[in-house]
Amino acid sequence: MSTMTTSGTATSHVPDALGRFGEFGRRFVPETLMHALEELTAEYARAQQDPEFHRELNGLLTTFVGRPNPLYFAERLTEYCGGARIYLKREDLNHTGAHKINNTLGQVLLTRRMGKKRVIAETGAGQHGVATAVACARFGFDCVVYMGEEDVRRQKLNVFNMRMMGAEVRPVTSGSRTLRDAINEAMRDWMGSVSNTHYIIGSVVGPHPFPMMVRDFQSVIGREARQQCLDATGRLPDEVIACVGGGSNSAGMFYPFVDDASVALTGVEAGGRGPTPGQHASTLSHGVKGVLHGSYSYVLQDEDGQTADVHSISAGLDYPGVGPEHSYWKDSGRANYVAITDDEALAAFQTMAKLEGILPALESSHAIAHTFKAAKARKKDDIIVTCLSGRGDKDVYEIARLLGKELG
Amino acid sequence: MSNSRISAVFERLKQSGHLAFMPFITAGDPDMATTVAVLKELGQRGVDLVEIGFPYSDPIADGPVIQASYTRALNKKLKVDDIFNGIKSLPTASMPPFVAMVSYALIFRRGVEHFVQQAADAGFAGLIIPDLPADEAEDVAAIAKKHGLDVVQLIAPTTPRERAEKILKASSGFVYCISIAGTTGVRDELPPELTEQLSWLRTQTKLPLAVGFGISKPDQVDHLRPVADGVIVGSAIVRQFEAIGTGKPLSDALQDIGNFAAGLVAATHK
Repeated sequence: MSTMTTSGTATSHVPDALGRFGEFGRRFVPETLMHALEELTAEYARAQQDPEFHRELNGLLTTFVGRPNPLYFAERLTEYCGGARIYLKREDLNHTGAHKINNTLGQVLLTRRMGKKRVIAETGAGQHGVATAVACARFGFDCVVYMGEEDVRRQKLNVFNMRMMGAEVRPVTSGSRTLRDAINEAMRDWMGSVSNTHYIIGSVVGPHPFPMMVRDFQSVIGREARQQCLDATGRLPDEVIACVGGGSNSAGMFYPFVDDASVALTGVEAGGRGPTPGQHASTLSHGVKGVLHGSYSYVLQDEDGQTADVHSISAGLDYPGVGPEHSYWKDSGRANYVAITDDEALAAFQTMAKLEGILPALESSHAIAHTFKAAKARKKDDIIVTCLSGRGDKDVYEIARLLGKELG
Repeated sequence: MSNSRISAVFERLKQSGHLAFMPFITAGDPDMATTVAVLKELGQRGVDLVEIGFPYSDPIADGPVIQASYTRALNKKLKVDDIFNGIKSLPTASMPPFVAMVSYALIFRRGVEHFVQQAADAGFAGLIIPDLPADEAEDVAAIAKKHGLDVVQLIAPTTPRERAEKILKASSGFVYCISIAGTTGVRDELPPELTEQLSWLRTQTKLPLAVGFGISKPDQVDHLRPVADGVIVGSAIVRQFEAIGTGKPLSDALQDIGNFAAGLVAATHK
């Protein structure tokens, strides 16, 4: 599993016009959606050439989201590990408490450019749902969020917040009632509403141009972190670490470092209860190449091609697919992917709280847990930058339950 | 024009001035024995082709009725090989042509060549791959052709004309014209733009035009008669299988499904 590669042959000049990251990506969707995807691709290309689009987005990221957020030297974590210096990119300090808002604001601006008035989204843990509801409230768009019935139950706080901001949360009762089914339902809605509705996908998954577009909007994370690391230490980090579910915070974190061959990139997947099928969500560690949700990438599926059940302590990593660019980075050796178990993530959450006074999201706790291991294995003057993708408030009920404690 | 089994059916119907009636059923709902029995019944009732849906865990083009039937079949551990074995047990050469409706996720997993080979061996006459747009279908079409299978492409109400021209070139057997932007499922009305689109498609291709999504009633067939060569009825039939799983005797269900099909055969063959 640990094919340690320091350079790799991947390039940042992907995808091509057909949406291909190497062999991965492309479009595997019903014909009804093809025209909308072509329109979206064209509008996104025009927006990228439009200085006004960037000016407005950057203005929102500054005054509404609070960017740039800091790159924080975690001194006590560094001492605790006794190895490399650990820096944390503080996406948890964004408005809404996670990196998801970077993407939803960009896509809401595109929605307005396309003259559409209605937005749909899927959500697992609820962070993308909240970030979409926030962006829609800010711009006055109708917003419908599809959320698995199981996740609606587990993430009451986020459901309440979305509804307060005027979004309609539709519980999904089909299939496994989690993120994957929420994506299916959002796609079905879009099939019938595509003329007036934009679908804001929350991760670097789905058909072209979504994996490219979401990566681009999230790349603000890596661009800032890269510059902040240079400013603080005078050099680039030796390793960059981020958690991977669908892979949006990690894609945004890694992408600006792809051409820096000296920087190792490590994605951390949900190892769940262990490597038994159905007990984890480690798509890149255990998956096969296949098609899911409109894209060709690694996927967890059975020998017939039916999508497998997955498990993670973290609702945001509980996904049987992964963005095609991660598959490209994996196969080219540019990034390395590892798994962290539920127990390791929970322990990292507690260590982080006690040593740094920060409650990380359970998703981010996976990245933190691997950072401990990586730091210990490195020299003292090495530098690790880890993406702290979100804050843990949303998870405290679940964590209290797991630790056998009661709230309040 | 190809000389496939599917083309032969449409050619025969054209000479008698009839539309093709093509029911859709889900393989393995609730089991393959039922599927085999229903296929025999449909054959005896005079349907022209049958579309056989391969249950898939994440069918984004399908509405709640067909999705639920896929879930029922998969919950009983249906495998792709079970479907091929069941179809193979039928005298397919003397039955209406069977067209597999199957996600590319399943085809890719098995390997295109292997899947197509198995489909041909089982007696299928063609493939409809709803999540494989014409842009990505070239390799599959070449392999299918080698094995004598048609690959039917879909055209949606949202498909621009330039794109439709490309899709028509990539299609064989017939063209699947989606009546409504949305998923499969029963609807009361068909949109007026449909007639216009079908009339335009007629000027662009010699391939038969079959209309699906939202069709369940004989009077919808009358409406389509001047502009289409066939109709596909899915959810209205698949819905009738729900009762089998909850205790309805198979003989009663076969009778009901057969009668429903006979009503549409009468409407399409008048």
